[in-house]
Amino acid sequence: MTQKITLAKGLNMGLRKAMENDPKVLIMGEDVGKLGGVFRITDGLQKDFGEDRVIDSPLAESGIVGTAVGMALRGYRPVVEIQFDGFVYPAYDQIVCQVAKMRFRSQGRSKMPIVIRIPFGGGIGAVEHHSESPEAQFAHTPGLKVVACSNPVDGYWMMQQAIASDDPVIFLEPKRQYHADKAELDESATPDPLFASRVVRQGSDVTVLAYGPMVKICMKAAEAAAGEGKSLEVIDLRTLSPLDMGPVLESVRRTGRAVVAHEAHVNLGLGAEVAARITEQCFYSLEAPVLRVGGFDTPYPPSRIEEDFLPDLDRVLDAVDRSLAF
Amino acid sequence: MTQQPGSGFGPDLAEVFGPSQQDGGPELIQLLTPEGERVEHPEFSFGVGMSPEEEAEVVRGFYRDMVLTRRIDTEATALQRHGELGIWAQLLGQEAAQIGAGRALRPQDHVFPTYREHGVAWCKGVDPLDLLGLFRGVDQGAWDPEENHFGLYTIVIGAQTLHATGYAMGMQRDGVVGTGDPDRDAAVIAHFGDGASSQGDVNEAFIFAASYNAPVVFFCQNNQWAISEPIERQTRIPLYQRALGFGFPGVRVDGNDVLATYAVTQAALQRARDGQGPTFVEAYTYRMGAHTTTDDPTRYRLSDDVEHWKLKDPIARVEVYLKRNGLADDAFFETVKDEAHELGVRLREGCKALPDPSPLGIFDHVYAEMPEELAAQRDGFAAYLDSFEGEAVR
Repeated sequence: MTQKITLAKGLNMGLRKAMENDPKVLIMGEDVGKLGGVFRITDGLQKDFGEDRVIDSPLAESGIVGTAVGMALRGYRPVVEIQFDGFVYPAYDQIVCQVAKMRFRSQGRSKMPIVIRIPFGGGIGAVEHHSESPEAQFAHTPGLKVVACSNPVDGYWMMQQAIASDDPVIFLEPKRQYHADKAELDESATPDPLFASRVVRQGSDVTVLAYGPMVKICMKAAEAAAGEGKSLEVIDLRTLSPLDMGPVLESVRRTGRAVVAHEAHVNLGLGAEVAARITEQCFYSLEAPVLRVGGFDTPYPPSRIEEDFLPDLDRVLDAVDRSLAF
Repeated sequence: MTQQPGSGFGPDLAEVFGPSQQDGGPELIQLLTPEGERVEHPEFSFGVGMSPEEEAEVVRGFYRDMVLTRRIDTEATALQRHGELGIWAQLLGQEAAQIGAGRALRPQDHVFPTYREHGVAWCKGVDPLDLLGLFRGVDQGAWDPEENHFGLYTIVIGAQTLHATGYAMGMQRDGVVGTGDPDRDAAVIAHFGDGASSQGDVNEAFIFAASYNAPVVFFCQNNQWAISEPIERQTRIPLYQRALGFGFPGVRVDGNDVLATYAVTQAALQRARDGQGPTFVEAYTYRMGAHTTTDDPTRYRLSDDVEHWKLKDPIARVEVYLKRNGLADDAFFETVKDEAHELGVRLREGCKALPDPSPLGIFDHVYAEMPEELAAQRDGFAAYLDSFEGEAVR
């Protein structure tokens, strides 16, 4: 049986499924209970699973993550919601010093099966601190895994897989996609593994790499490019730490050209790591340097000009043209 | 600056709290004076339900625990001076606070320590040799936190108070709080110091614990110093009084009095196990040694203060009490002394024999599921090590 769902619904269904399958799964965060979260991702879960399993927390992010560490040590699998990307920083110490390192320093005795959900990225006209892309800060931290979903079907499966993982997972949700598009979900299908990138459009001229909110934009760019006779291969990275470079390298060896796109600042962003790895491993296949498209190295701007900051279809195509012209 | 009475902002705080109270002030709960005299307290008492023989046995046990804990500390300090440990965090002077709190625990109660809880570790059955590994640099915690219900030492100040609160919330969900079954009901104790009381995490832990009525005892050893910063830099009111602002009780106990610390902690733990929520216990004590072996307290505090606190030594007062009341004979003290000596020898030899970890062990336990990229780094490093001719380096 299939049904058409939004990303918000897919995530909600994934959470519900995980809670049904494992009584140790708990949800905690600000407004996740009665309200169902400010984006309604946890809608209806407290009603069905009770206040002991869907926990409205005090407004303190370090407290949310720090108590989740304690719950995990007690044998639970907490899924915590950070309300907006820009609010994760009070919890940064707990995430980097405690969540990420606990398994290592305990010599494998203490597991941290924690999922930290973060709605990320811009494009919703929000005030400051509500539109950021902090993924590189977590991808740089050993002990954490970082994934970003881009569509409703992945939202459903990746959420369940992240919760089932014994490693802590930073789970990035492209907030502008929450209610944007619908897709057909077949719950009886076999999902791709969580830590795997995926070719979402085949092409032969340039490999375009994206994740989260940029996947949709790069798909549109590929469509537009096709009208001009340029064939773009688009890969949804899906997992940012670890990176799954296999499909990427295979693609770049064919196309000889790569463009990496993300909303995050270019400087030391995921694109830098992807470019370095491609250069290390496909040097003789490259016809052009790997180009990066991303947010400028500035703070996120006021929302009336966020479209100028965010990489869009044209900026992706501009990079594609520069790659082809090299 | 203090506000004027009648200004609309309540009483003059300087009058409420009085001058700096070096000896803990009248609110200090004490059951055994520095001179070794038992005193009564209206709300807390030691030895309830015990026969005089049983009580003497328990006090002798406390004495033994404190002497052995002090021996662990002096031995480790010496090992650092000999270059066998990179650093050591001394507990000298805080033995009663730690043994009193540690012995109040039941096996199912869980401890979240700082890096100075050597006495509590002792009470929980953690091998003191295992404590040395962290400070020697051969591991980051060699014991199983669940086996003894004693968590790993936490270096980031105050972070563990949130873990303690979350763990206690887990206990609530496990149905091990307030059942009335003494073998089942459990609580958590979170250790921290006066310096940590300024951390956001500690304050957030108070808020979460209060909000969820979590079964956790916040046990603060106020040893007066956060490295070089005196307690006055952390707080303008007695620390235990902060608890009220968070909505749970706080008490100040003489942290150099093992009987009082035991009685107060036991009562606080029982409140938690019974489902009555968190308690703040401020164990008022003094850091007789340096912050760690890298510190030099002569740069920032007066030797007069140290001399003043020497008169309140936690072990000496129990020794006087036991001797004066004929509760322990010379043979007992000799036995404890011999035990301490043997422990010292075992730690000395054991520490030097602790093996260095294997270089390739760096890659173990970073993840439950090792990413390919990391496996490739490990294999590359292994090949690199193997490329050296002659002596094996791994």
